[in-house]
Formats: sequence, structure tokens, C-alpha cells
Amino acid sequence: MTQQFAQEIEIKPKKKGVFETDAWKRFKQNKLAVFGAVLLSLFVFVALLAPVLAPYDPYVSQVNELGTYDVHASPSADHLLGTDSLGRDMLSRLIYGARVSLSVAFAAVLIATITGVILGIIAGYYGKWVDTAIMRLTDIVICFPVLFLAISIATILKPSIFNVMIIIGLVSWTTMTRLVRGEVLRIRETEYIEAARAMGQNNLIIMAKHILPNIMAPIVVQATLQTAEAILTESALSFLGVGVQQPVPSWGNMLNEATSILVLQFKPWIWIPAGLAILLTILCINFVGDGLRDALDPKTKKT
Amino acid sequence: MSTLLEVDGIKKWFGLEREGLFGGERQFVKAVDDISFTINKGETLGLVGESGCGKSTAGRTILRLIEATEGKVVLDGTNLYDLKAKDLKKLRKDMQIVFQDPYASLNPRMKVKDILEEPIKIHTTLTKQQREEKIKQVISDVGLNAMYLERYPHEFSGGQRQRIGIARALVVEPKLIIMDEPVSALDVSVQAQVLNLIQDIQEKYNLTYLFITHNLSVVKHISDRVAVMYLGRIVEIGDKSAFFKEPLHPYSKALISAIPETSQLNRRERVILKGDIPSPVNPPSGCRFHTRCPFAMDKCREVEPALTEIGQDHFVACHLYEVGGEVIGKI
Repeated sequence: MTQQFAQEIEIKPKKKGVFETDAWKRFKQNKLAVFGAVLLSLFVFVALLAPVLAPYDPYVSQVNELGTYDVHASPSADHLLGTDSLGRDMLSRLIYGARVSLSVAFAAVLIATITGVILGIIAGYYGKWVDTAIMRLTDIVICFPVLFLAISIATILKPSIFNVMIIIGLVSWTTMTRLVRGEVLRIRETEYIEAARAMGQNNLIIMAKHILPNIMAPIVVQATLQTAEAILTESALSFLGVGVQQPVPSWGNMLNEATSILVLQFKPWIWIPAGLAILLTILCINFVGDGLRDALDPKTKKT
Repeated sequence: MSTLLEVDGIKKWFGLEREGLFGGERQFVKAVDDISFTINKGETLGLVGESGCGKSTAGRTILRLIEATEGKVVLDGTNLYDLKAKDLKKLRKDMQIVFQDPYASLNPRMKVKDILEEPIKIHTTLTKQQREEKIKQVISDVGLNAMYLERYPHEFSGGQRQRIGIARALVVEPKLIIMDEPVSALDVSVQAQVLNLIQDIQEKYNLTYLFITHNLSVVKHISDRVAVMYLGRIVEIGDKSAFFKEPLHPYSKALISAIPETSQLNRRERVILKGDIPSPVNPPSGCRFHTRCPFAMDKCREVEPALTEIGQDHFVACHLYEVGGEVIGKI
């Protein structure tokens, strides 16, 4: 009966693009997430087009009409966000800072995600002593005070953008490892993994083809949320002077000037934009992360 | 008829965590405790028992999906338990398994085409085109339309998914398929269709089945011989017709008397068992069934009965059929 029935109906194989999937539909319904995604892409866009958009060179002190360096100038038509203590244009530095802060965050998260996913899958899949070894290592790394560790490494190595990426990457893979391990433990017991083993598939392919695609959703969400954390860590390190070094602008080291009470109280244009940029980016990333979590969860059916 | 599968004294004990800091003696769940049987080529052996008696564990242990504690499994002349991992992978072509839950046994992120192609890729050197032909042929053999190949598992009903699961086992043309409760999760109306399909492909592909189930009606329908498991042991094994006509072991009698009968004339006396299945961690001494057996004798509490041949190819492990070491035949 069912067979005949099935043969009578013409079934068109549906080719679905990214923008037609259920996940995308659910994501679209979350207004905050869409708002976050739009604003975030705007930031990324600005960061990419920094040389075109920035009105001045962020490394050059500006000279005013009196022929002196235009130090701590308040916002004006010439310098929309004013200038800093060395007379550099704040808007240009903010735009170039986006480049640095975002790329540090993305690179760090990439390192953390790759490390975390690989270790997590291995620990979860092989179990036994491999699992114990990896998870105890994770516990140890979690116990490190992140800032202290970062500061010590940054002092031993020379503080630079690349070192900041690596440092943040190396201390933040632990959450991902734990998450991935848990998910793998769940998937490993399913019958389709058993079926793959019963057909003699080798372990690497089982992990890559059968397990990884089925745990992508939580990984994507975690990586997104981790980006926010990475931006924050980078800002903190740069603020403390062990992260991205002057004269390279980053949102964190732009805040550094606010350590002076004079700047903090009377020259808010120097630190408010950078602070706001960090706040907004993190907020947007978290909105997007939450939206993704809801959208990628197959249990929430589209309405 | 030649033997395809010979299972000889396999055991699977799962170790429990030691209690306390220094523990003491380690305890084991004796899921499968010394079972032996053979299956001939082209035959279907039904393995029945209530849930928790170790039938699924037995199936998986035979395929070495979980490593056995002890024993020997010979498939077509090769001892599986002696093989190295690499050689075992090659031999997996000959033995496949169909799972109980059609919702969990297909990877939700793979198209049906990819699910079916994977085993062929592993075990053969067929070209892409040959693989596609093979897949199309198998999918129509299990009664599905080739148009379904581009779809994902969640777009199918339970019965259709089970057909896909069967097709996945079929594509490498195995000799033995272990059917692990393949119809238990399905609707009764669909059960019959899938059972018939299982019988049809057995003829077409010259398959041998180990059919694991808790449903005696299904066993009656599909198998040639029946083995009854209780608490990790086989208590009775024999030809289907003999078994259903005259079950020997008190446990088998109870099981068969529990099959609902519609006709008044065929009503049997119900043998109702007391109590629950004991824990497989500390199975009862002597005969494992003595705690629930209506005919239990003193001997049953002390001596474990061995499987002995009572009728033609009909074995039972029960003291009721022997006196002073002598088999007295049927009672």
C-alpha cells in the first residue's frame, strides 16, 4: 500500500539554500538577534574598510592651525571624536581599533575552537584513560587565573598582536572541550554510530563525518559567545598594557588613557567611544549567540 | 546444511564501579553468561527473552561491537575473536546489524544516498556509477522509491526508516544479519510489512538471520529455530514447530502460555510466574530460574543444569528432565 502510494506521487528533491532553512526562519523571528547580526556586520564592514573610512592616519599626530600638535582636542567638525593625548584622531583610531580588536578575537576563538573541538571529540569518543588525561588537563588549565597567566606570558614573550591571539586562544579552549566532550558522549551511544562501527568505518571518519556534523549547533553557539569573551580579554590585556601595544590602536588600549583622572572626568570623548564600541560588540555577539542557540535547536519547531 | 555461525561459550560481564575507597571484590553484571549455539546457512534463529535478559548484548558481542569477556565466535570458518582490528573491519562486510530504533539508527545529517553509499565505499572498489546502481537496486528491493535517495532521514516514517536501515545492511551483501528487535518499535500494521520484507530479502540475498526479539508471535512467524534466553543463559533451544508444540523448559511454557489466543478451543492453561527477573549481578545459585519456577526442587537451588538434548535437536537446561544423571525424556 504505502509503496504504491509513494510511487504515484512525484517527489521533487528540494534544494534548500541557507536562507530557506528552518533555522534561518527561526533566527529571523528573533528581533534582538537580527539587530545584533546587522550591527555586528556593520562593525566588521567598518573594520574591513578601515583605510577607506578613516578620515586620518591613526598613527600621525595632528597639527592644529597654531602649528602645534592638537592634543586632547574636544570633538569638532575636523575631528568628530576629538584627539587623544598625542593628538591623533580618535575616530580613525576607533575604526582601526575595530580591525585589531575583532581580528584578535576571531583568531583567538579560531585557535580555541579548533583545539577545544579536537580534544573534546577525542576525549569523548575514546573514553577511558584518554578521556581522563584530557579532562584533567582541562581542569588544570581552567584553574589558571587567565589574566595572571596572560600577563606572565606576555611579559616573557614580547607583547604583540599575534601573541595576544595565541595567549587568549590557549586559555579559552577549556569550555569548548567540556561542551564537545559532553555532546560526543551523548552522540557516541546512538545507534547510527554503532551502525558505522558495525560497517567497519574507521574512527577518524566516524568522528569527522558522523559525530562532528551532529554537534555543530552547540559548537557554533559556544564559539560565538566565546568571541565576546575574547574581545573582553583582549581589552583587559591591552588596557593593562600587556596586550596590543601602542602605537597600534585597539579598543582596549584606547581605554588606557582613562587611567588619568583628568581624562576620565573632563575629556570623556577619549574613552566613551571605545568603551561603547566594546559594550555594543559584546552585546550584539551575545544576542546573535542566543539567537543561534534557539535557531539551531531542532526541538524548537518553526511557527 | 553447513554451519555459518558458531557461538561457543561467549560471556560478557560488565564490571561495576568498586564501592568505597578500597572497594573489595569487584562485582560484575553478567549480561551474557556462557551461551552457545550454531546457525546454519540460510536459517533464521529466533532469540527470545524478556527485557534485560541479555539478548541484545549477545547480538552485539557476537559482532564484536562490544568485546566479549570470554568465548569464541566462528563465522564461516574464521574465529572473530582472534582477529586483529584491521582484519575484523574487512570481515564486517559479511556481518551486519539492523537496529531496533529506526529513529536513532540513521545519521540525521546524512542523505539516504550517503547513508547507503558509505558501506559500499568502505568495502568495495566500485566506481561512483556502479555504486549508484547498486544503491538504486537495493532501495527498490526494500520497497522504497529511488526518488527518496536525496532526502534526509527525518522526512520518513518509522517503517520507511527501518527499510532504509535494512537497505544499509544489505548493500554490502552480507552473509549474516543480526536483527536486533527490528520491528518492536513499529506500528503493528507496519510490523507485518517489514517482517514480510525481511523474509523476502532473505531468499533473494541468501541471508542468515539471528533474529532477536521479545515477541513470540514474531518468532513463530519468521524463525526456523528458537532459542530462549533467561538471565544471560540459554535455557532452551530447538526447532520452531517442536518448540511451539511442546515447550520443555518451565520458563518457555510460561512464555508461550502468555501469547493471547483468540479461539476458545485453543485456550491453554496460563502458567503465571511469580516475582521479577533477579539481578544479573548476583544471579541465583543453581538453576537461575529456580526463584520463579513452579516446579523447583532442592537440586535446582544447588546444581546448575546443563543444556541436554531431549528431543530431536531440541535442547533444554532443566533438572526436570533427568534423574540421577540420566535423561528421562519428556514429562
